[in-house]
Amino acid sequence: MKITFDWLKDHLSTNLKEEKLLELLTNIGLEVESVENLSLGNELFKVAKIVNTEKHPNADRLKVCDVNVGEKDLKKVVCGANNARKGLITIYATPGAIIPKTKIKLVEAKIRGVTSKGMLCSGSELNLSDESDGIIELPKSKYEKSIGKSYFSKSKSNFIDISITPNRPDCLGVRGIARDVAASGFGRLKYFKEKKNKSKAKQNLKVKINKEKNLGCNTFGSCLITNVKNIESPQWLKDKLISIGQKPISAIVDITNYIMIDINRPLHAYDADKIEKGIVVRNSKLGEKFTALDNKVYKLENGMCVISDSEGVLGLGGIIGGIRSGTKFNTKNVLLEAAYFDPKSIRNTAKKLNIDTDAKFRFERGIDPLSIEDGLNKAASLIKEICGGEISKIDIQKTEIYKNKTIKFDPHLFEQITGFKISIKEILKILEDLGFGIKRDKKFLKLIIPSWRPDISQGVDIVEELVRITGYDKIKTVNPIKERTKSTLTKSQKLFHFLQRSIASKGYLEVITWSFTDSNYNDFFKDKNKEIKIINPISSELGVLRNSIYSNLIMYMSKNLDRGFKDLSIFEIGPIFTGSNPGEQNTVVCGLSAGKKYRLSWIDKERNIDVYDIKKNVVQSLVEAGYNSDKFFIDRETPNYYHPGKSGRLFLNRGKDQVAAYFGEIHPNILKKTDLKTESLMGFEIFIDNLELPKKTLNDQKTKFIVSDYQKSERDFAFIVDKDVSSQDLINAISNVDQNLISNIKIFDVYEGENIPENQKSIAISVSIQSFEKTLNDSDLEKINKSIIETVENKTGAKIRS
Amino acid sequence: MSDLKKIKDEFLTKLKGKLNLSEINEIKSNLFGKNGLISSQFKKIGSIAKNERKKFASDLNNIKDELQNLIDYKINEIQNAEINEKLEKEKIDVTLPERSFVRGKIHPVSQTIDKISSIFSEIGFSVEEGPDVENEYNNFTALNTPDNHPARDMHDTFYLDEKKEKLLRTHTSPVQIRTMLKDKPPFKIIAPGRTYRSDSDQTHAPMFHQVEGLHIDKNINMGNLKGCLNYFIKEFFEVDKIKMRFRPSHFPFTEPSAEVDIGYKIKDGKIIIGEGDKWLEILGCGMVHPNVLKNVKVDPIKFQGYAFGMGIDRLAMLKYGINDLRAFFDCDYRWLNHFGFDPLDVPTNYRGLSR
Repeated sequence: MKITFDWLKDHLSTNLKEEKLLELLTNIGLEVESVENLSLGNELFKVAKIVNTEKHPNADRLKVCDVNVGEKDLKKVVCGANNARKGLITIYATPGAIIPKTKIKLVEAKIRGVTSKGMLCSGSELNLSDESDGIIELPKSKYEKSIGKSYFSKSKSNFIDISITPNRPDCLGVRGIARDVAASGFGRLKYFKEKKNKSKAKQNLKVKINKEKNLGCNTFGSCLITNVKNIESPQWLKDKLISIGQKPISAIVDITNYIMIDINRPLHAYDADKIEKGIVVRNSKLGEKFTALDNKVYKLENGMCVISDSEGVLGLGGIIGGIRSGTKFNTKNVLLEAAYFDPKSIRNTAKKLNIDTDAKFRFERGIDPLSIEDGLNKAASLIKEICGGEISKIDIQKTEIYKNKTIKFDPHLFEQITGFKISIKEILKILEDLGFGIKRDKKFLKLIIPSWRPDISQGVDIVEELVRITGYDKIKTVNPIKERTKSTLTKSQKLFHFLQRSIASKGYLEVITWSFTDSNYNDFFKDKNKEIKIINPISSELGVLRNSIYSNLIMYMSKNLDRGFKDLSIFEIGPIFTGSNPGEQNTVVCGLSAGKKYRLSWIDKERNIDVYDIKKNVVQSLVEAGYNSDKFFIDRETPNYYHPGKSGRLFLNRGKDQVAAYFGEIHPNILKKTDLKTESLMGFEIFIDNLELPKKTLNDQKTKFIVSDYQKSERDFAFIVDKDVSSQDLINAISNVDQNLISNIKIFDVYEGENIPENQKSIAISVSIQSFEKTLNDSDLEKINKSIIETVENKTGAKIRS
Repeated sequence: MSDLKKIKDEFLTKLKGKLNLSEINEIKSNLFGKNGLISSQFKKIGSIAKNERKKFASDLNNIKDELQNLIDYKINEIQNAEINEKLEKEKIDVTLPERSFVRGKIHPVSQTIDKISSIFSEIGFSVEEGPDVENEYNNFTALNTPDNHPARDMHDTFYLDEKKEKLLRTHTSPVQIRTMLKDKPPFKIIAPGRTYRSDSDQTHAPMFHQVEGLHIDKNINMGNLKGCLNYFIKEFFEVDKIKMRFRPSHFPFTEPSAEVDIGYKIKDGKIIIGEGDKWLEILGCGMVHPNVLKNVKVDPIKFQGYAFGMGIDRLAMLKYGINDLRAFFDCDYRWLNHFGFDPLDVPTNYRGLSR
């Protein structure tokens, strides 16, 4: 809502300084968004006369004009307007002026070789009208004597833009704002005697509101003004509209706009001669069409509230009028409409047709249903004053009678909600100033809610009014008590934080990417999930919810590699989506590692990042989070975006069906298709929601501390096995031989090649054997040795290497 | 002069000279070898007259010890010298670089979330979460924002179905609804998380982070709200005093509602929070609307309280002097390295929120 202090003073007697007003507005909930001095530079637009014109030497369509701007020398101005001619009085913009329409600062410039010292302006450039064909023509009689003077009257009032919250339609009118300011004690709201309509002429256009279900209009007031002469608005009215950034159009339109802004009463003016056989307010029928004032043709659905005549739709009630019955400069007879349209119906219709107008914005927030008569009278008498003509009586059709809402308010509620007290006297004063009707009823106040406040319906709403006007700074600060009765994080939240920091500590940079992604990238990683489309994405590259974090990580990894970084690890912890219902999402830690483990090192041998690097990160993080790696079970079943031979699936226990993690090399095809260039790209995903929560927290009592002081023996074995036997099977076999005696198993060499049959490999394992009861003698050890060899050979088909 | 004295003087003189290891070993064997001078003297003990025997033996032992100690000392000295010489030759260039290491970093938004959680933990709030995909009811209707409410225009919503029943939550407020439906009052929670609006320009990202706060109990009033936020802002910005302004506003789910500004100034191109005469809006809050409480089956006569919501990214920007919101989500390695936090730098109350 844009106002000026001057306009506000039409409704408010006050000694307030503007600076104080701005602060006050914000303090009572009418937040000042910006303050702008519109009159700044007004003196740069001057009334000027073209003394002579000649053709531009280098351009057929341009003229070079000698312009009298009230100075000793004439100014040479290049102009392209057809109507630029000798003797014309128009408006000249001095270099340095900011052109209102484009907001561009005018500079002296050469136009096709001729320097133009300023510009002659069209109505549209100055936001004075829509006229962009040719420059403004000012009437000689009036302006001959003003040559050289500023065209705009000097307005000192700043342009104040206030952000009005959706609950305050009343403050979409200057009067509403004035009322709030007055209530807060800074001035007095002016009262005007309502203009009486003393006309005896009948409003002879018949108006009917159809009795239909869900019709979005229950009151339709109208007034007929005959024999008017629609002209340009007088200067005071133009100035008023310009002062808040509106463009004057014609007196009739300007007057309806003025009333709308002044008291938030939207009106519509029809050319009464274009209305065929009276007005019917009704619901639209499917397929009805009309051309609106924005020159667009709208196709209507069933049940939209329209104003119509026998020919069809005249306009969408409360949203936009039609071109057929719009007023023009030659309009003779005007029908003014002031109606009450239902906010819901307005919003539905406007949303379906995608129309946004000033009237719609107001009606959908709720217009004062009792402002119809006042609005019609004010507008009609202004029209008569400016355009002449005869005013009819006011005709009001209604299907519903407005009843004031009342509520019973317990003044104690104020302290209960705000924590501080104000006196009943103050309460009464504030509510009275805001327009409430008040009756005292023992402990309670019976309040009649003003018709312009649709937002108020219960006690807390009254509390808000009172505390808002009293000042939020009066609320005391009650310091919080430092006391905790419940633990801050749940176990799974702790796990989230733990894994997040654990992965980061392995050299990964945490990134945060959108939860949506490019469907082309998502396709690489969606595995068996279905694509989840966003109906209205901001761009097609962000069109689907991600089924995996990889799609975004790969994209950003690629960007970073393009920046010239070769060895890089990044990870994200966040949601992936498995369906479009709430809760169909999983929390995943996903990491990518690219390039080399060592590069250009004077000490370490250069090598690529490999699967065992990434596996280490996964396993170590899980161990740090409290899981026992001795129990982990790994197989090769991984989604198709991993290298089928170089990736693994990890379970916390053998026999569990929830995948804890995947790790491995990203499928080379994906690198090719996404044009990602690196020596090596490894990734992992840890599915936090699939991790069984540790039963004990890390702080709980630990298990009993048992160690053996008896001598430990190390025995080495080398087995030859088929290539596709996994080392995990060997280790399992060995550890099952005697869990009491075998304390540690370590693979220290894997070998293929010379001396080993094709399709086989040699695995060398060191086993630590130690008893809790005694020092093992040679025969004990020999027994275990034998047992280990037998078991491994039987279970895995391995042969001991001799 | 007795033999003993002679031996002692002779060998002490010898041992004082500069000797190598083999020369010392030779002396050692001359003295203590099987037929060494000292060993021979010991053999003589039996033949010495009884009255002199005791003194002789004692003198001999003293001489033996003295010489023996000197020899051991000499040997040790030489060995040390040899080791030192060897080590001196093994010298390396310790200024050569160490084995390479990589440092991971925690994203500033994550760090800010941990920090916020830590501050609210101190005054008894626990952390709740909710799904990113919400239904229209939880995101709007239950929060007293029915369909056709103009306040919905303020949320540019991403929808997942044509009927507009499923959407990406536009704020963290639906977590209020889920929490209150799940449990019984009192409630004292914060809910940090991702939020989404179909809005994208220099200062808006289609995804951003919010933290919701909710405190419902008997007799929780606007004074408690003010105190809670005052405490939070002071702790978060780690300042003793904060200029804070509550300004009336409107949110459908709170009544009365307020927006909160904090005072700041710009000094040497840097923003300083807590002083100065400029105002910066940082959060919205208010007393939970009775209609919301009714929607979640909490009796608004018995219970009341406040809720607030603030932008985490914006808090992080202010706290760490980050100018560009879009950079949070650009994943630029250089930016992450610069603004990220060491994973060991966990905000805790006992150690302090910042390093």
